[in-house]
Amino acid sequence: MNDTTFFKQLSETVGVSGKEEAVRDLILNEIRDHVTGLRVDALGNITAVKKGKGRGRPRLMLDAHMDEIGLMATGIEGDGLIRFTNIGGVDERILPGLRVKVGDSALPGVITWTPIHKNRDQNAVALKNLRIDIGASTRDEAGAKVKAGDRIAFDSYFAEIGANILRGKAFDNRVGCALLVDVLKGGPYAVDVLAAFTVQEEIGLRGARVAAKILQPDVALALEGTTANDLPNPVAEADDLLGVNPTCRLEAGPAITVMDRSMIAHPKLLAFVRGTADRHHIPHQIKTLLGGGTDAGAIHTSGVGVPSGVISVPCRYIHSPTAYLNREDYAATLRLVQAILTDLKWDDLKD
Amino acid sequence: MFDLKAHLKTLVEAHAPSGHEAPLRAIVAQAWDGLVARTEQDKLGSLIGIKPATRAINPPRKIMLAAHMDEIGMMVRDVVDGFIYLHRISGVDNRVMMAQPVRVHGRESLPGIVASVPPHLLPAAARKKYPTFDELIVDVGLPAADVERLVRIGDLVTVDVPMIDLNGKRVAGKAMDDRACLAAVTACLHHLQGMHHAWDVYATATVQEETGLYGAATAAHYIAPDIAIALDVCFAPQAGVDADDAKEMGGGPGIGIGPNFHPKLLDKIKAVARDYEIKLQDDVIPGASGTDAWAIQVALEGIPTALLEVPLRNMHSPVETVDLRDIERAGRLMAHFIASLDADFMAAVEWPTAPAGEGNA
Repeated sequence: MNDTTFFKQLSETVGVSGKEEAVRDLILNEIRDHVTGLRVDALGNITAVKKGKGRGRPRLMLDAHMDEIGLMATGIEGDGLIRFTNIGGVDERILPGLRVKVGDSALPGVITWTPIHKNRDQNAVALKNLRIDIGASTRDEAGAKVKAGDRIAFDSYFAEIGANILRGKAFDNRVGCALLVDVLKGGPYAVDVLAAFTVQEEIGLRGARVAAKILQPDVALALEGTTANDLPNPVAEADDLLGVNPTCRLEAGPAITVMDRSMIAHPKLLAFVRGTADRHHIPHQIKTLLGGGTDAGAIHTSGVGVPSGVISVPCRYIHSPTAYLNREDYAATLRLVQAILTDLKWDDLKD
Repeated sequence: MFDLKAHLKTLVEAHAPSGHEAPLRAIVAQAWDGLVARTEQDKLGSLIGIKPATRAINPPRKIMLAAHMDEIGMMVRDVVDGFIYLHRISGVDNRVMMAQPVRVHGRESLPGIVASVPPHLLPAAARKKYPTFDELIVDVGLPAADVERLVRIGDLVTVDVPMIDLNGKRVAGKAMDDRACLAAVTACLHHLQGMHHAWDVYATATVQEETGLYGAATAAHYIAPDIAIALDVCFAPQAGVDADDAKEMGGGPGIGIGPNFHPKLLDKIKAVARDYEIKLQDDVIPGASGTDAWAIQVALEGIPTALLEVPLRNMHSPVETVDLRDIERAGRLMAHFIASLDADFMAAVEWPTAPAGEGNA
C-alpha cells in the first residue's frame, strides 16, 4: 500500500454495524469497473464476481466485513447527557475521556468522567453508567440533535508513522476491505473470485451468512485485521516467561488461523495456504490464540458446507479508537492471497 | 477583533507540563505582544506582562492577575523493546489514559498512543479494574532501535488531542485547567486596550501550579503586587460532584469565598459585577483553595487576594470541558474591576489599626 489515500478514507469513514452505507458507497465506487454481477443484497452486503482464466478451478469466496464496533445512543438525561450502549465488543475501561462522533452528522461528543479529585475508585465503571456530553444543557436541546438508535463512532484520525506503520480507526476490518479491493483491481487470476463485503460481522457474523448463500462458493477465505498483542508486560515477575498471549506479531507477515471460536479451518485448505506462502517465500505466522471469531465461522456452515479459512493482517489495539498496522504485513498478505488465487486447484482440497 | 476560541485552541493544543513551560511562555508572550508594554520573567519562568496605568497615581499601585500555564503530564520511566513505560508528573488520572493519543517529547516529538488490550484477549478478571500507571504502555510505532535512539528516560509525555467544539458555546480539550483562565487574562488585556486605568497591571502566566503552586509564590515575590486575582477552574455539575461544589457551566465565573480571599476585595469585585451585569457564582472554599491564590496570599508580607473560577467538567482528563462565555465574562469582569481601581482603593482594603467606631470618628 504505497498510496494510502483510499485506505485513509476507508478507515475514517464511519460504518458501525447495521449502518454500513458510507463504507459501502466508498467500496462500490472503487470496484465497479473491475467486477461483474455487482449486487447489494437485502442486508446490505456487496457481492460481486471477478471471473478467472483457469478452467475447472474451485470458485473461491473472499470475504471482508465492512462494519466496525461502536456505540449506540439509548436515551437522553434531563441535563442533556446521552446514555449509550455498545455495538460489538468494547472494553468499557477505555471509554472514560474519549471523544466520539454521534449520529449521521458526526456531532462531536465526549465521554464524561468524574474528576480524580472526587473519586479514585479503580474498579471499572460499567458502560451503562457512563454518559456522552454533546454540549447540550437540557433534554430538549440534546433531543433536537440526537435520537435513541443513533450510531456513535470513536473520533480518531489516520496517520502514517515512520517508514511502515499506519495508524487509524476501524482497521478491523477496513484492512480486509482494502485487501479485497486491491485483489479485485488486480488479476484476472486463475480462479473465479467471489467477493463479499459484508455487514454486521461484529454482532454475530450476520452478513456473511447471507452472502455465502448468494455466492455459493466452493471454498472461502475471510480476510481480517486481527489482534496483535506483541507488547512487553511492564508488571511481569522476573521469572514470568508467559504473560499475555500475543496472538500474533507485527512485522511477521499474515496471520493464518488454525482454529478460533467460530470455526476450525479446513485442514487441506490450511495446508495449501501455508504451502503457498512457503513456495512463494512469503513471511507468515500462525495465530497462537484460539479466541475470537470471523465471517468464516458463518460461511463454513453455509449450504452443505464450505471449506474455509482466515488470513489476517496483524493489527495492534483493534476495537479501540486507534489501531496500528505495518505496511509490509499488508503487502505480504496481499501477495499471499494473490498467490492463492493463482495456484488453487481442486486437487489441493482433496484428501 | 480578539478571537477567544482560536486563542484558547492555540493554548491548549501546545504541550507544557509542569516545570517545562517554555513552549507556552513563547505563545503567551506573542499573544500579549502589543497588549502590554513589556514582558518579564521571574527565575522559575513565570511570564509577567506589564501594562502600566494610563492615568498614573502616586504612589503607583499594582494588581497581579495570575493563571497557571503548566499542565498535568507524564514522564518516560523506561524503554523496553521499543515500548515506553510511564511515570506521572502531577495529577494525571490513570483511568482515562488507555487508548488516548499522546506525544512523547524525545529528541524528536513522537506521536503515540497508550496501548490497550483487545477485548478478545482480556480475561474477565482483567476487565474489572483500570490499569495502574505501572501497567500503561506507550507505543510510538517505530522500530525498537529508533525508539532507543530518540527517547530517553525522563522525557516528557503529554496527551495529544485537539480542542473540539461542543454545540457552539462549549469546547473540550486537554489543559483547559488552567489555560481557559489564561485565555481570560488575555481577554482582559484586550478589553483594557480601550479603557483607562489608574493601576499598573501585571498579567502573569505562572509555572508549576500543578506540582505545588510554586510559580505563583515566586512570581508574587517578583511583582510585589498590592492586590492579586488568581484564576483557576472549578467543578461543574456532573456525576460525583456534590451540588454545593458545582458551578453551572455558562452561569458566569465562580468567585471564591473563604479565608483564602480578602473580603473587601470580594465586595468590590461583586459590586463591579453587579454594575456591569456580569453573572457570578459564589464558590464556598473553607480552607486551602488548591490554587495560585493560596500561595499568593502569603507571599511577601501578605497580599489581599481573590479567586475567579471557570466552571469545568471532567477535570484532569483529555476532555476538560468549559463554556466560552464564562471565560469571556471573567476577562470582562477583571477589566472593569481594574478600571474601577483608584488611588484610594488600598485604604479601603487595609484593615484599620483602631477598633471600629474609633480612629477618625
